Amino acid sequence: MSTAEALDVQIGSEANSQGDQYLTFLLAGEEYGVDILRVVEIKGWQTATQIPNTPEYVQGVINIRGTIVPIIDLRKRFGMPDLEYSQTTVVIVLYVNTQERTRTMGIVVDGVSDVCNVADEDLKSAPDFGGSISVEYVKGLSTVNENMVILLDIDHLLNSHELAQIAASDS
Amino acid sequence: MSIDISQFHEVFFEESFEGLEIMENSLLGLSESDDALDVINNIFRAAHSIKGGSATFGFMEISKFTHVMETLLDEMRNNERPVTVDAVELLLEATDVLSGMLTQVQDDEELDSERIKNVQGQLETMLGVAPEADVVETVANEDGAESGWTIKFIPLPHLLSTGNDPVRMFRELAALGDMTVSVNIEALPQLAELEPEECFISWSLELNGDIEEQQVAEVFDWVDGDCELVIQKRINEIDDSEDKNPEMSGDNAEKPAEAEQLKDVAKQDRREKPERRSKKPKAAEASSIRVGIDKIDILINMVGELVITQSMLSQMGESADENSFDAERIEKLQDGLSQLERNTRELQEAVMQIRMLPISFAFNRFPRVVHDYCRKSGKKIELVISGEQTELDKTVMEKINDPLVHLVRNSMDHGVETPEVRLASGKPETGTVMLDAYHKGGSIVIEIKDDGAGINKDRILSKGIEKGLVSESDVLTDEQVFDLLFLPGFSTAKEVTDVSGRGVGMDVVRRNIKSLGGNIEVTSTEGKGSTFTIRLPLTLAILDGQLIRVGNEMYIIPLTAIVESIQINEDRINGIASGSELYKLRNEYIPVVRMHESFGVEAEFHELTKGLLVVVEGDEGKVGIFVDRLLGQQQVVIKSLETNFKGVPGVSGATILGDGTVALIVDIAGLVSLAQSKALKNPYDIAEQSDAVA
Repeated sequence: MSTAEALDVQIGSEANSQGDQYLTFLLAGEEYGVDILRVVEIKGWQTATQIPNTPEYVQGVINIRGTIVPIIDLRKRFGMPDLEYSQTTVVIVLYVNTQERTRTMGIVVDGVSDVCNVADEDLKSAPDFGGSISVEYVKGLSTVNENMVILLDIDHLLNSHELAQIAASDS
Repeated sequence: MSIDISQFHEVFFEESFEGLEIMENSLLGLSESDDALDVINNIFRAAHSIKGGSATFGFMEISKFTHVMETLLDEMRNNERPVTVDAVELLLEATDVLSGMLTQVQDDEELDSERIKNVQGQLETMLGVAPEADVVETVANEDGAESGWTIKFIPLPHLLSTGNDPVRMFRELAALGDMTVSVNIEALPQLAELEPEECFISWSLELNGDIEEQQVAEVFDWVDGDCELVIQKRINEIDDSEDKNPEMSGDNAEKPAEAEQLKDVAKQDRREKPERRSKKPKAAEASSIRVGIDKIDILINMVGELVITQSMLSQMGESADENSFDAERIEKLQDGLSQLERNTRELQEAVMQIRMLPISFAFNRFPRVVHDYCRKSGKKIELVISGEQTELDKTVMEKINDPLVHLVRNSMDHGVETPEVRLASGKPETGTVMLDAYHKGGSIVIEIKDDGAGINKDRILSKGIEKGLVSESDVLTDEQVFDLLFLPGFSTAKEVTDVSGRGVGMDVVRRNIKSLGGNIEVTSTEGKGSTFTIRLPLTLAILDGQLIRVGNEMYIIPLTAIVESIQINEDRINGIASGSELYKLRNEYIPVVRMHESFGVEAEFHELTKGLLVVVEGDEGKVGIFVDRLLGQQQVVIKSLETNFKGVPGVSGATILGDGTVALIVDIAGLVSLAQSKALKNPYDIAEQSDAVA
């Protein structure tokens, strides 16, 4: 077994005993969470290069150590009111799995909040909000410190719509 | 913890496939050239390496099979057997079988034993009618076989350092039959003078039993040239069996350096258990790349220079305080920086070079393809290859291989006519298929050209109507007609041959090429032939770019596409009814594409006269791109947007500028079609705007 594999198993078992770890962040006063194993890095907002003819919530692309990474504004994505980018505006860079490969993408959020453990059995399924956050993007709801945390399924969220829209504009 | 033998397997397979390629190409050359000895030697050496390697790794089937081939080649090279067309064909087939075996072993699959047996049988039959001397020798061997062998084994001092262990070899021998070993320690020096890593002792061995010479010789395969070896039949102590040895050590000296490497591998392997590992991972697509040592040396030199420059600069920075930055020092600093720039650029270029391979890697297999096809079909085709030194990224090369094979087969099958037809239509009997590769602009162009019958447009059209791909009332341009060829399920071949005609190919060809970001075009003249042109991007290449600014955004236009950049003269702007603008450039009217409109960004200037017009050469002639400002020119490294995102129309990629920000690289053809589709969607908007401007 390679070291990486060993490490993987170790991490896996640790996570299992306490539930999966999630990185939570704030967005228009609500708390959202993403699987922490998907987080590459967290960095301050920097101006992105616009990509022509893409939906408004695609902020553009930035350079992360030589890789071109697209940035999605989650507020705009969810149809929330805009917030002027400030010093606390944060970009969370994530791995997103697609059928073909793993992509690296960034999401713009209001601020990073915490890391919490959520066991799978504590996940409550989300009711259909009927809003811009479709149920399929939500992995489940959980309560952390009396607050509701919406755990996002980023593979779904950053794939289906984003890329489908852009593909549509292709033709 | 055990050493992962599979990593050595990879080396073996890679080298074996290279060897096979050499064998195949040499064999194909053999049928033409008269001075065959060198060529046969080449083939022999390649076969010998494969045989040795496979035996080491315990792939006995491969080793046995190669041995038969090698025997045949050996006779040819000793002028004991003429090089006949049949023999060459058989050897070609044998290389195919061998390649199949290697692939199967590599992928851990069952061997195709029937085919192997068949070809091996054919080889043996051919050997059976061998010149007499050989037969006599075989008979003699059989006579003496019962009695046994006397073997004198005198290792050269460096034998142990090659990783060979005599004790193991003796053990192997002992497994063949009853053996007595006596050791000779005469050469052993005094302890004080003893070099512990060298071998001073020699042995003589008596081996009894019904053993073939080959079996005995095999044990000593790996010590060829590292020892003096005499194998004699014990009863008749004639010298004739000795003649094998000088020759064996002779060819050992010629062995390429790889053999040495394989011996190292053998060393590792013998220490471990010799069987194949049961849990071998499925072989991944060749993930390694062979890089010439010279390229590495260049890199190391450059890194050395870089370090020197860096230390020079940091020294300058450390010793500096506010007052010491006089003119002289600043000058030095500037020198250092420009040196750093040069170092970096050179280093970058050298690193890029590593991934680039000449396209001959892909072209080399075609002589064989053509050769085989001609034999099967009775057509006469000459293959002309040019531009094989054109360099192409390795990944692109791997993916372009299959489409190329398909297109060449297509040209031979559908394009070139049979000799009778050709003669009847006044063409030379032998058809020509041309493969050409060259760089053009930012892309590499590969052409497959034949002088055959050309494509019958009417037949394609009627077929297209029949399949419901077009309706009868449609009026199609030539290009659109040819485009039908690439639709799924389309084939106009009258008969389906095993080469082509199943209609599954061309759409796959196009899909593969598109997935590489390239495109394919056909031109054809009936009766004269057809040309397939593949355009591929040079991924990872450095591009000479012109930086431009539109509003707050910076873009890069490939310098190769730019014809000129001009200030706009108001009198020369002409609007036309569809809402587009034309600019009169000398005697031409060129369409104007407003970059800010196509890309939907806020521009600094909306009036044409304030900005600049960058005239570029697109696929369909010149186009003027309206931009705010021209900035500098610089070399940029193309990065794909698709890695983490999607392809974006009008953008071919992105790059990272000196300040770390990202700039998009403009795809001219995409930008033009983007502008066209926008103009179609809202002709009025643009018409109004251009009114306002005028």
